Amino acid sequence: MVASEPAADHTESGDQTESIDQVVDSAEPEPELHGAPVTTSHGIVVAHPHRTALVALVATLRTGGYWQCLDVCAVDYLTHPGRPELPGSVVAERFEIVVSLLNHRQRSRLRIRVQVPESDPSCPSLFAVHPGSEAPEREVYDLFGIVFDGHPDMTRILMPEDWEGHPLRKDYAIGRIPVQFKGAPASR
Amino acid sequence: MQPERTFSTDGFAGLEHNFLTGRLEDLVQWARKRSVMPATFGLACCAIEMMATGGAHYDIARFGMETFRASPRQADLMIVAGRVSQKMAPVLRTIYDQMMEPKWVISMGVCASSGGMFNNYAIVQGVDQIVPVDVYAPGCPPGPETLLHAIFTLHDLIGTGEILKRREDSGAGAGVQVAQLDGQTDTSVTLSAPTMVTKG
Amino acid sequence: MTTTETTTTETTIGDTAALDTTALDLTALDAARDALTNDDSVLRLGELEAEERSGYQPPTDEGTGERMIMNMGPQHPSTHGVLRLVLELDGEIITRSKPVIGYLHTGMEKTGEDLTYVQGCTNVTRMDYASPLFNELAFSLTTEQLLGIEAPERAQWIRMLMCEMNRLSSHLLFMASNGMDLGAVSMMLYGWREREEVLRFFEMVTGLRMNHNYIRPGGVAADLPPGWKDAVRRVLDPLPDRLAEFDILMTGQPIWRERLQGIGVITTEQCLALGTTGPILRSTGYEWDLRRDMPYLRYDEVEFDVCVGTYGDSFDRYAIRLAEIGESIRIVRQILDKMPPGDFRIQDKKVTPPPRARIGESMEALIHHFKIFTEGFKVPTGEAYVAVESPRGELGVYIVSDGSGKPYRMHVRGPSFVNLQTLPHLMKNTLIADTVAVVSSVDPIMGEVDR
Repeated sequence: MVASEPAADHTESGDQTESIDQVVDSAEPEPELHGAPVTTSHGIVVAHPHRTALVALVATLRTGGYWQCLDVCAVDYLTHPGRPELPGSVVAERFEIVVSLLNHRQRSRLRIRVQVPESDPSCPSLFAVHPGSEAPEREVYDLFGIVFDGHPDMTRILMPEDWEGHPLRKDYAIGRIPVQFKGAPASR
Repeated sequence: MQPERTFSTDGFAGLEHNFLTGRLEDLVQWARKRSVMPATFGLACCAIEMMATGGAHYDIARFGMETFRASPRQADLMIVAGRVSQKMAPVLRTIYDQMMEPKWVISMGVCASSGGMFNNYAIVQGVDQIVPVDVYAPGCPPGPETLLHAIFTLHDLIGTGEILKRREDSGAGAGVQVAQLDGQTDTSVTLSAPTMVTKG
Repeated sequence: MTTTETTTTETTIGDTAALDTTALDLTALDAARDALTNDDSVLRLGELEAEERSGYQPPTDEGTGERMIMNMGPQHPSTHGVLRLVLELDGEIITRSKPVIGYLHTGMEKTGEDLTYVQGCTNVTRMDYASPLFNELAFSLTTEQLLGIEAPERAQWIRMLMCEMNRLSSHLLFMASNGMDLGAVSMMLYGWREREEVLRFFEMVTGLRMNHNYIRPGGVAADLPPGWKDAVRRVLDPLPDRLAEFDILMTGQPIWRERLQGIGVITTEQCLALGTTGPILRSTGYEWDLRRDMPYLRYDEVEFDVCVGTYGDSFDRYAIRLAEIGESIRIVRQILDKMPPGDFRIQDKKVTPPPRARIGESMEALIHHFKIFTEGFKVPTGEAYVAVESPRGELGVYIVSDGSGKPYRMHVRGPSFVNLQTLPHLMKNTLIADTVAVVSSVDPIMGEVDR
């Protein structure tokens, strides 16, 4: 039912019967999806586009059946031992934006992981493609400090507007107070 | 054979003891504790248990408290039911300030009493940092029976009039002073000598 | 007002028919997306700015007349918790609005990084506090996926039983609060009366009325106690009559219909563009239910219908939830017959603590118990996202593990957080009194909105 598409570069676009698995099983040295390298994680395909290619990838996927963007979240890999699962061509940065997409017809999920460097914590916004990403992106900005270019309302959503700092970053302390009866700084 | 009536000599002869007498204070306290009107301040999970206390099984209406007033101007009791976040703290204080005296606060649940299991940047570690609390109800969430016990404790305190004394005089509360500013670093806790209120 | 009917789709066991989306085409989706990104429903105003500018707005050059910016909440009897709505009004009609959240932000995702996987459920369960077992289920399923284990057969069925009972109690809470919000105050008492029976069952099985910490990675915390089948039947048997009472009180009532039909209308394309799931999406006629379409636990072995609406209005959402109570009862009755014997927890020593009796006998058991409850079990490096169908929509948990006993990053995709984005579009050009009906029909739980 998906109508005419810009006859694009790859055969995967628009063809409902061809599944993503065929992309991953292809004989290319590094499997890719519309130009983004691809890995699998516990049965879900994960694409790793560069952040400048994120919006185009999500838009193409949307045309291809991934109509819903369920979630946009971020991870701060500052104290992580290492990410061996990243494809070789991807440069690991401190922050990652993780976008979860859902295809109802094929009943499949797809995840997109975008690397965001600490020196320039910004990423293009998905609002124009999926308006439902407005609130999750605001949450990412609030808790991680990653700014989304093109977002209509880039303000804090969970913390008070005049809060300083981004709580979910790894260099932000949890803010515990020592509890009286332990007699020492609280530790679990 | 009717017993011979004896009349007291203080002027009530002829009235046939049809009057109840007492101190005005006692009557006022009796009336106050029988019709406490809680303000709706349900925040999180404890709110659900607070609503269950108002339900048919636990029926807070037995004690005259089923009218949860939405407007703080009409309420006597603020049951802080749930965790108080950084953003909510000024709102809590505003609502408390809008209530008319006499007013009481029950801190329902461990999150309101002490921050509960959320010892972090986002939750105020005890609502008694913001408003003076009269009764603490522990539990996560406290079942309706615990909340009712807290309410009875409050009623007793209202009945004895102890609650109207200023809190500093009666020495109530744990005396915890916490200067928690931005939640960024572990804040120091200074404790004054704990003074416990014994049930008199 | 036209009669709204809820249609259900028959599902037979093992049915894997794809969702019929032929009616949807990309042009409609694109149109909805463009409308949503450019329309004027959302009042994008900072909170401090809204405070300063609240009150009468002078007429603007673009021709909008005198508007008023008003604040509703966060302390408000009808906003379902601490939700604040900033409304721009033209008389009684809402032109633009903005839900302001964060008043219940608990830092649970940060706390989640500080707790082991065993303790994680105690944290996650308090997010959606009306249906706590679903949070625990999503967390446990994600942890199990990372560990590469699967809970045993009986544990899956127990989880399904508890989750469907929780769906019952959550929808009864919705019935109660929806009724009370719209004026049927006695509904509050009826809804709570039925809910108490379900909570009594939960207390019998898990020990707690709410926030149970029962579904844990590896299975469930304890087996169902003897006599559980009778307890379930005692809960379920009076329900059909009670649901009929609700019908008399609400469904057929002209006042109820006037207040809900045609109020808060949303289309499928708008829902898909906004990432909305759950009863809101189903009220538009789109049958997407993770239990049937991407089954987890043993939902592919029980028979149930997916309830959908027709008009996408608040009445449909109410009717869907009422029908889903019936469906949950149906599922639970099937589980009563199909519950298999077996372990309630996986027998993996690294994950499951040993039974208490063995601790005195075996040194290994003691060490395992100690390690599991102090350090927690170590989960291999990786990332996983698993979603379940909670009473509010798709509840997903995304965990990144660094090989230690605590999640490196735990993110919960709360359905109410995303569903709240529909509010400005639902409330556009409705009256203030309808705000209450709309917010109630969206059924947000602020614990999972703010986390």
